[in-house]
Amino acid sequence: MNIAESIRIALKAIWANKVRSFLTMLGIIIGVGAVIIMVAIGNGASKNITEQIQGLGSNLLTVYAGYSYYEGEGVRVMRSAPTLSLDDAAALEQGEHIQAVAPLVNTYGEVVLGSGNTQGSIYGTTAAYLKVRNKEMQWGRFFTDQEVADYKRVAVVGSRVVESIMGSMDPGIIGRSIKIENVPFQVIGVLKGSSTGFYYEDDIILIPITAAQLRLTGSKEVQEINVQAVSAEAMQSAQEEITSLLRKAHKLAPDQGNDFEISNQEDILKAMEEATRTMTMLLGGIAAISLLVGGIGIMNIMLVSVTERTREIGIRKAIGARESNILGQFLIEAVILSVIGGGVGILFGWGGSALASRFLGFPAVVTVSSVVLAVTFSALIGIVFGVFPARKASVLNPIESLRYE
Amino acid sequence: MLVVITLQGITKIYRTGEVEVTALQGINLHIARGEFVAIMGPSGSGKSTMMNILGCLDTPTAGEYILDGVKVAQASRKALAAMRNKKLGFIFQGFNLLPRTTALENVELPLIYAGVKRKERREKAIEALKAVGLEERIRHKPQELSGGQQQRVAIARALVTGPSVILADEPTGNLDSRSSEDVMAIFQKLHEQGNTIVIVTHEPDIAAYTRRIVRFKDGRIEQDEALAKSEEAPA
Repeated sequence: MNIAESIRIALKAIWANKVRSFLTMLGIIIGVGAVIIMVAIGNGASKNITEQIQGLGSNLLTVYAGYSYYEGEGVRVMRSAPTLSLDDAAALEQGEHIQAVAPLVNTYGEVVLGSGNTQGSIYGTTAAYLKVRNKEMQWGRFFTDQEVADYKRVAVVGSRVVESIMGSMDPGIIGRSIKIENVPFQVIGVLKGSSTGFYYEDDIILIPITAAQLRLTGSKEVQEINVQAVSAEAMQSAQEEITSLLRKAHKLAPDQGNDFEISNQEDILKAMEEATRTMTMLLGGIAAISLLVGGIGIMNIMLVSVTERTREIGIRKAIGARESNILGQFLIEAVILSVIGGGVGILFGWGGSALASRFLGFPAVVTVSSVVLAVTFSALIGIVFGVFPARKASVLNPIESLRYE
Repeated sequence: MLVVITLQGITKIYRTGEVEVTALQGINLHIARGEFVAIMGPSGSGKSTMMNILGCLDTPTAGEYILDGVKVAQASRKALAAMRNKKLGFIFQGFNLLPRTTALENVELPLIYAGVKRKERREKAIEALKAVGLEERIRHKPQELSGGQQQRVAIARALVTGPSVILADEPTGNLDSRSSEDVMAIFQKLHEQGNTIVIVTHEPDIAAYTRRIVRFKDGRIEQDEALAKSEEAPA
């Protein structure tokens, strides 16, 4: 008796009990679907975050003021001190691995235009910001270094700010005077909508750093300096250069620690990737458990099936079925159930991932590896959870089986 | 005379806990090719145990059983399955057809286990169903057939592999007298065609169709008589 015959017999048995077979498969369908969807969401999130971080600017290093960490007993305590200034930013521009420098002061405040008003992040910066952070203009222009030097009250706003205070994306905002924390500024440009998906990227108001310090924060403090290295390869050299330039500018003795912190885009990326990978594994793991439960469902039904079909097994044995034939029949039945379940589960997972993409706002990425993994796993479950009932069926005593009612 | 079944000192002892029950005690029996034998006896006489051993469903505790030249008394379960498939044809009181499976597929089943190719299998099965007069019913499922028809499908299934011995356990036990006559007429015909048939029954009417009656009592052969029409003397 060959495999084709065994498969035919198994398919007949599955077809003879359609509802029960479907309910059995449901466990595997949901399990496989869940694995695929969860892994797809994890992958999508990972890809999305990577793109977002890369979208923040290329070859970007960020220097934070006075953020020195105290480490001990597994805790990191962050202390801040106003240690960065515009002079530091000017000093950094001398570095040979440094292409552009954009110092930043940040405050949060109200923006008013006539009856329209909104809350937003207000950044004081310099003309280099546009380049350092990979930004593009929608309308108008960015402010110049001259305007920064002249404490000009001009502003470049994000698209969501325009929508909030004008009611729609209206180029008429250019030239209008808005009040930022009651200080009038003239709008000279609108930033192109962010591609990264971070909403707050579009909720910003950019003004010359000098005007921000004078009119809004009232201090000479600079919170962070964005530095663009000349190339991706130069990131490490640029980081070392920043350290030495700032230590010199701050006149730090060799035994003193840095009074600033440099954050590397790559480091953030790695940390985020690590986090999303962990999340993917967690989601996949939870889904795998449901797959396992589906497998136990198969075992349960197969055991019931063996009991129910004791007489059939007796008949088959009486007319010459070997134990291996019976074992094969029930095992193949279990494997077919889980493989069909796996197949339907893939479709379900695919559809579910597409649906999830709509709600998540980023595409869930179905990978071939997760499909292969889920199918292999479901076939394996068919074998593993099919062996016990099949074994039980194959060793039934034919005389007793024939008497079984 | 060609001997198909040889039993020598067949003994079967069942152990249930501490208690030993001797179901068969030193049975000696020879059945020749082409014989039509009835095994009779009251319940508990050991005839069912006899049938199970003859049918290679069970192995004796002691003794020698030679079926068609093969020693089967101490055979493995796998070897027993092969014997059941190739040398024996079973007919049961309760028909024991697979439900939701057509007559044709039921008859094909032993050939599937014998590894016969699909086309040849189909031809043989149809031939066997013709032999029992059911060629019109090959696509019917057991639940669509009468008891007599179901038993004829079972006979076709027993016949299809061309077995050395056809074993029937109370084949008319679930049938009315009309169907019983039909079924026994088929056995009669098969006997005339030269098949070796062993029937277990407690009905004298049925036994009367055969040529030899072996009576069991308390695990022993009480009487072994040849009927008048017999062409061959019992061994």
